[in-house]
Amino acid sequence: MPEPLLEVKDLSVHFPTDDGLVKAVDGISFSVQPGETLGVVGESGSGKSVSFLTVMGLITRKQAQIEGEIIFQGQDLLMLPSDEMRTVQGAKLSMIFQDPMTSLHPYYKVGVQIGEAIRVHQKVSKQEAREQAIEMLRRVGIPRPDERADQYPHEFSGGMRQRAMIAMALSLNPDLLIADEPTTALDVTVQAQILDLIDRLREEFNAAVVIITHDLGVVAEHCDHIQVMYAGKIVEAGDRRDIYYNSHHPYTWGLLSSIPRMDETGDKERLVPIRGLPPSLIFPPPGCAFHPRCPHAFDKCSTDIPDLLPSDGHHASRCHLTLADKERIFKEEVLVRS
Amino acid sequence: MSVQVNERAEPEPATSETPLIRVHGLRKFFPITRGILFQKRVGDVHAVDGVDLEVFKGETVGLVGETGCGKSTLARVIMRLYEATEGTVEFEGQDITHVKGKDLRELRREMQMIFQDPFASLNPRKTVGSIVGTPFRLHGTVPRNKVKGEVQQLMELVGLNPEHYNRYPHEFSGGQRQRIGVARSLALRPKLIVCDEPVSALDVSIQAQVLNLLEDLQEEFNLTYLFIAHDLSVVKHVSDRVAVMYLGKIVETAKGPTLYRTPKHPYTGALLSAVPIADPDLAAAKKRIILEGDVPSPIDPPSGCRFHPRCPNAQLPKCSDDEPQLERQSTGQLAACHFPLADRIIQTGNGDDSR
Repeated sequence: MPEPLLEVKDLSVHFPTDDGLVKAVDGISFSVQPGETLGVVGESGSGKSVSFLTVMGLITRKQAQIEGEIIFQGQDLLMLPSDEMRTVQGAKLSMIFQDPMTSLHPYYKVGVQIGEAIRVHQKVSKQEAREQAIEMLRRVGIPRPDERADQYPHEFSGGMRQRAMIAMALSLNPDLLIADEPTTALDVTVQAQILDLIDRLREEFNAAVVIITHDLGVVAEHCDHIQVMYAGKIVEAGDRRDIYYNSHHPYTWGLLSSIPRMDETGDKERLVPIRGLPPSLIFPPPGCAFHPRCPHAFDKCSTDIPDLLPSDGHHASRCHLTLADKERIFKEEVLVRS
Repeated sequence: MSVQVNERAEPEPATSETPLIRVHGLRKFFPITRGILFQKRVGDVHAVDGVDLEVFKGETVGLVGETGCGKSTLARVIMRLYEATEGTVEFEGQDITHVKGKDLRELRREMQMIFQDPFASLNPRKTVGSIVGTPFRLHGTVPRNKVKGEVQQLMELVGLNPEHYNRYPHEFSGGQRQRIGVARSLALRPKLIVCDEPVSALDVSIQAQVLNLLEDLQEEFNLTYLFIAHDLSVVKHVSDRVAVMYLGKIVETAKGPTLYRTPKHPYTGALLSAVPIADPDLAAAKKRIILEGDVPSPIDPPSGCRFHPRCPNAQLPKCSDDEPQLERQSTGQLAACHFPLADRIIQTGNGDDSR
């Protein structure tokens, strides 16, 4: 097995607040191989964004209690002094955010903003940076990039702004691109364009990509590996086929059953929502954090925290049910809908 | 009820029943002006540009389209929040396009709206009890001393704890806030509820809860929904009929399953192919129609068929000269296209075999 590009070991991110300690991320371990696309799925507050903001060094020990290791290309990012971390941020690790309007500065021309990112890391003149910025805008499919570079973000449509963000994120040829809900604010047609663009650029730049999303559809089409997060923990991880055709965790089943399907042929099939609400991260339920919402919970679930146990190969899940039960319930209750 | 819905799912021109809402030739233009002292009209945003639509009692009509296609404007003209530029809106056979004063107030009881953003559509400084009770106070349908009881009944109905009467919106989660919005819209027992992207701000599991709630309420109160969303899978799930809008016009209307099986308008096909499917095999087998570019400006819409500059099937000069009208297709739906699609977009999944 090749050396992973990113390896996160037992990462915890806890925020002290007036109400208590918010356990936003609670002991997660995973790795990202060079060139692969990892999908991270979960609801609001599941810790999916916080864990990658920590990887990016955007959440630091100043704001939170961080434990564990984040090994990126052989060095632990949590141990790096901040000036060295800055040479990694943006150049080797890069991130695009959900809302392209708030993540571009409204006062500066788009070309200048992309050029600035380049000039922070490379000794180039303003003119060269501008030329590189135009070249990047062209590569992400923005028509007339030389004119567009001199426009302000408000002159761009939502999809175009997200393309500009991607251009900025890729301008230094990073090894890992983290896309945090890159298409949630966009129309479906534009979403398809952007996801295809990310796929194409991943091959072109030979970067690994992490897509953070709450939409199981997005990851079905674009990710090799998927991990599902709930209440700060990874509850299931596996290859794409494992998650969609042989899922082993009731939370994943709940997610799969609650999306309306395009291919339902009956008049109106009822959705099966997950009952209840996501738990408090300050006082998580004892035992498995999902047990108050889980239709298959039994005594042990409210007392013992299940471990993330592998069943075969990459596939692992955090649930007390026996493998036979999981396979049976998935077949009988989840797969029948699809 | 469902049988009735099926029969009139594709309304024939000569239907005997009066629709709850009938929109005819509706246009809404927003003027663009220049100058400060002497404002000169230099153009118009053609937000809604000639829409015909009928919504029957007890049915759910979905309205889909990209940002800026005019779906929200259409809903707001129907709700009389905007004044129509041209055309008529009828409610139960009566022309309501220009009603004013007392009549308009009466009408407001019959039509209510649920908004997209449950954080922006509830006043943060009022308690839930006050928010949900406001319609009663404004319209005086319930004596003042009974308002609290009514509000608590409504809260229970939408799945909120009635004891939370005195709480403020920030104490609720997104899904619960949307339930507050639903309770408020139900207060006056309206006949029509316009849902403007009611679930797009919610997580999937919560989204399913709210969609199911809307379905239950429809059955209980015989509600009629006009359901607006950009997510085709949500719209298809809740709607009896779906209308697809592009740049101020309806380009296709059909029953949900028909639309999914045999879309006729290339724009519908493109929308369908863009929806991510949570099934890797189906997703891989899907036919992709990638639309290039963005929606053109509604200030100066393209000539002929408005979709022709982005359409993969466009044949010039017919498509750029001749504007297609909504016509009945062999598969039953109405579509406005000179060269309708022939193929399916999404292939039959494994699921269909096991059914």
